[in-house]
Amino acid sequence: MSAVPGIVAVNTFREAVRDRVLYNLIVFALMMIGASVLVGEISIGISRLVIINLGLSAISIFGLVMAVFIGVGLVYKEMEKRTLYCLLAKPVRRWEFLIGKFGGLVLTLTVNTFFMALGLGAALYYVSREFLRSDAMIVIAIYFIVLELALVTALALFFSCFSSPMLSTLYTLGIYVAGFFSGDIREIGMVTHSPAMQTAARAISYLLPNFRNFNVIAAASHGDAIPFSLIWQNTAYAALYVALALIGASAIFSGRNLK
Amino acid sequence: MSSRSHSRALWFALVAIPALFIAIGFLQIRIEAETRTVGQQKEELLLRSGLLLKRWSLGYDSLLGDIYWTRAVQYYGARVGHPGEKFVLLSPLLDITTTLDPNLIVAYRFGAIFLSEPMPTGADRSDLAVELVKKGVAANPNSWELSSDLGFLYYWHLKDYEKAAAAYLQGSKIPNAPSWMKMMAAQVSEKGNAFSNSLAIWSELYETTQNEKVKKNAFQHLQSLRALQDTVELNKLAEQYRKQHGGYPSSVKELYDRGLLQGVPLDPAGFPYGFGADGKAQLDPNSPITLPKISESPTE
Amino acid sequence: MSTPAIEIEGLTKDYPVGFWRQRMHRSLDHLTLQVQDGEVFGFLGPNGAGKTTTLKVLMSIIFPTSGSARVRGKSIDDVSMHREIGYLPEQPYFYDYLTARELLDYYARLFGFAASERRERIIRFLERVGLGGAADVQLRKFSKGMLQRVGIAQAILHDPQVIFLDEPMSGLDPVGRREVRDIIHDLKREGRTIFFSTHILSDAEMLCDRVGVLVGGKLQGVGAPREIVSMEVYAMEILFETPEGHPLPNSLAKSATQVGGRYRAEVPEDQLYPVLDELRRCEARILSVTPLRPTLEDYFFKLVARDKSAPPQLVEVGAR
Ligand SMILES: Nc1ncnc2c1ncn2[C@@H]1O[C@H](COP(=O)(O)OP(=O)(O)O)[C@@H](O)[C@H]1O
Ligand SMILES: [Mg+2]
Repeated sequence: MSAVPGIVAVNTFREAVRDRVLYNLIVFALMMIGASVLVGEISIGISRLVIINLGLSAISIFGLVMAVFIGVGLVYKEMEKRTLYCLLAKPVRRWEFLIGKFGGLVLTLTVNTFFMALGLGAALYYVSREFLRSDAMIVIAIYFIVLELALVTALALFFSCFSSPMLSTLYTLGIYVAGFFSGDIREIGMVTHSPAMQTAARAISYLLPNFRNFNVIAAASHGDAIPFSLIWQNTAYAALYVALALIGASAIFSGRNLK
Repeated sequence: MSSRSHSRALWFALVAIPALFIAIGFLQIRIEAETRTVGQQKEELLLRSGLLLKRWSLGYDSLLGDIYWTRAVQYYGARVGHPGEKFVLLSPLLDITTTLDPNLIVAYRFGAIFLSEPMPTGADRSDLAVELVKKGVAANPNSWELSSDLGFLYYWHLKDYEKAAAAYLQGSKIPNAPSWMKMMAAQVSEKGNAFSNSLAIWSELYETTQNEKVKKNAFQHLQSLRALQDTVELNKLAEQYRKQHGGYPSSVKELYDRGLLQGVPLDPAGFPYGFGADGKAQLDPNSPITLPKISESPTE
Repeated sequence: MSTPAIEIEGLTKDYPVGFWRQRMHRSLDHLTLQVQDGEVFGFLGPNGAGKTTTLKVLMSIIFPTSGSARVRGKSIDDVSMHREIGYLPEQPYFYDYLTARELLDYYARLFGFAASERRERIIRFLERVGLGGAADVQLRKFSKGMLQRVGIAQAILHDPQVIFLDEPMSGLDPVGRREVRDIIHDLKREGRTIFFSTHILSDAEMLCDRVGVLVGGKLQGVGAPREIVSMEVYAMEILFETPEGHPLPNSLAKSATQVGGRYRAEVPEDQLYPVLDELRRCEARILSVTPLRPTLEDYFFKLVARDKSAPPQLVEVGAR
């Protein structure tokens, strides 16, 4: 495997960092701690639960917004500003470039999530002055959020290989929402009496990225155990889907005439 | 138009993408098997305030209402028949649905059935059902159906005949309300023999519903009401028999033999009725039909 | 001679045009061309001729409709070809948030240079393009001319054998143009092959071993600048002044034009001496006599004029 994707990834990460995106995190972390102080004061007893729910949801939403909005621009910006011209004249294959871009954003999002998780940890410690054994589930929940963000990034990258950032954003968010309801799509299919519709609904529901898989926020806030097998299954699921999106993106992007 | 390396990439994609999709499908099935045991126990509704959702729905509140209604139906459908199921989120889901879209009549009507039915076919919470339907009546003053449902809830589940009659009466004044609404009001207020009323309601439900579960449920009700009606008739005959012969009959055939019956009646499942030692008519032990549990048998 | 540095065979590129992309516009029409090792080749043509299109196809930024090309014997599809070439795009643009040093470091990494080697090279090449003092300035603060220089630096950073430069002189002031010319001369002296496009003829005349002239996507001619343009003098230019009040000689009364108190006249070569005699008679002061040769410029404009008279080329759908 060549070193090219790694080099591109580091540069992408550097771009994101210099874009001051990461500095919003400090603001976020502070806000989290501030909010939790407030919550801790009004709701004795469930303050931990509220902080975990609030914190994990915020990390997930914040990361999602970043993944989509930076993700759809990753390739587009380099095409639009023609910075790709110089890069592609170097010994760089287009798929290596794509993987590098993907890796760079996932790296950014991971660092991002890490800092936000620290904020959450601080808030949690502030209200309860202790960490519980079951708080390990929060770490797993955060890991799942990172997996989810990687998947969203890959989808955003895929769409941006053949459509404008506006449309790519719409497509990505559309798939995200549809992916969240993929279970419901199957059940709606069951309600119809046409076997063809049922099969179609089943197929669609299994092929859409199922974002519910990654959502264990409720379990984490209650400190419920998450089975180990779910960890590797979700990891494999995200890896397969990311591979799928990146292969699709490469197939399209490799043949594209850049403007 | 493209290069050689691109056509290689295309071929690779053509092979890899279907393979990955298949793998993803299988993995998803496994994951679902896994999460069914974990996630489902702890169900949560992150937002319990329908009003808040309405404000956040950016004007898509009725669409969101439909989505919540779908969720509520699925929630009910996935749990119905499970012993011990309490349907705890059913009421909040229905509340959110009807707050988002107050005119979604179907949500009040079926929602009330889901809530009021005894476990495990429902939440056994007639109080919540009444609350829901009352909210519906307030929001939809032109729907006689909701008044009729409210009357039925009071009458059948809560045994509050006065309130039931009031609800029927209110509904009967709505334009287009069918004439039987008034009859219901009258009969219920007399606490008279109400079989026909409930029969009418269940028959109507049976005829009109599209929902298989509700239909089946209505059918069972109709059967047990018919059986109940039969037993009440048989009891009357048994009383007559006692006056003539100084003792209760031991079987339905005796009533027939003495000319009190034109034939031997069978229950809706095809089993003959019998008499207990107390002289009250009973169902055959093998009959699948159950009588409505009646402290409750509407008094004559 | 060994394999040519650049071989282009029948390269054709159609762009879809129109709202529904229903028609094809042929930007490059069966370009066939060879550039020998160590040559400086000027790719000449007016704006819109297809020069940039050619270079983009060679870099696999876009893909040809038909035809093929090889650089140092390697197909342009072959990514390893890119190890041996450098490319300066037209009006290059780089990442705003990087400094010149970081940008070059990024590119140098792609060629696998070790850290110390990268450091040394970056400094050396930044100085070579006159940016030694701006190494740590973010590129967003660079002027157009500075970006052009960074672009040249990144094109030659890895000592490529074949260098493609798209309008390397554009956006530069006269001093800058001169410096770029010097760089190209140096590269030639080092034995590298340089393929550069320009629409400015004097640059090509001064630098090129050979030029190719592209108009409307078609190659009009290739050769040494002198082969393209015949050396034959077609006229003599005379600059002169007349004393106060003296009329112009009759033979020049019509053809001479006044330029700031001086006169300029073009006369056929065989008329030169009779005209000079006449000027002497009227006591004119001769300032200069210059033989006029057709320049590349003239050749060029003739070709453009010819092309303009032809209808624009449109290939219908399906011609792909
Ligand atoms: N992306 C494109 N889509 C459509 N036509 C294009 C595109 N790029 C270039 N062209 C056309 O191709 C022709 C050649 O352009 P170009 O190669 O940029 O010329 P030059 O570099 O010689 O000035 C022009 O007529 C231009 O309009
Ligand atoms: Mg150009």
